[in-house]
Amino acid sequence: MLEYLGFGFIILGALAFIVSAIGLIRMPDLYTRIHIGTKATTIGTLLVLIGASILEPTWSWKLALLAAFILLTNPLSSSVIARATRKKESL
Amino acid sequence: MFEFIILLLLVATLLVLYRFLKGPTLSDRVVAFDVMSIAVVALLVVLALYFERALYLDVALVFGLIGFLGTTIFGRFIEKGI
Repeated sequence: MLEYLGFGFIILGALAFIVSAIGLIRMPDLYTRIHIGTKATTIGTLLVLIGASILEPTWSWKLALLAAFILLTNPLSSSVIARATRKKESL
Repeated sequence: MFEFIILLLLVATLLVLYRFLKGPTLSDRVVAFDVMSIAVVALLVVLALYFERALYLDVALVFGLIGFLGTTIFGRFIEKGI
């Protein structure tokens, strides 16, 4: 029963990645692309990590470290790109 | 079941690769590279479950670190030049 829950979380995460890829193709502007490319991939990665820690409970510490790393670096990199593009455009 | 999940993540990575090749400006390509690196991190976690080896989690951590460094360095390059 717990196995189906883990697989469900991982499939939801993979579907979030598909949604992010479709949005990255169809969005008209750079800033909307940054928006879809950061938030959807963050929730997708976190869902995959939650599902993996349900399937293999002994790996939970490494998966939690990976989740903290993703939560720290993903908004930072999108903010760096948006700020650099904005500064370059306003020159 | 794992094959289906790996197929979904690979399709997502290939769709992002289209934006990476087509993107009009440099910033679009950098965003596409960021999304691809995070998708590959999730793919490595699924591969660690598929092959039952915890070593791939370390590979995923280092890959995420390198992707973040590449994105930040390209952001600095966009902002200030070399």
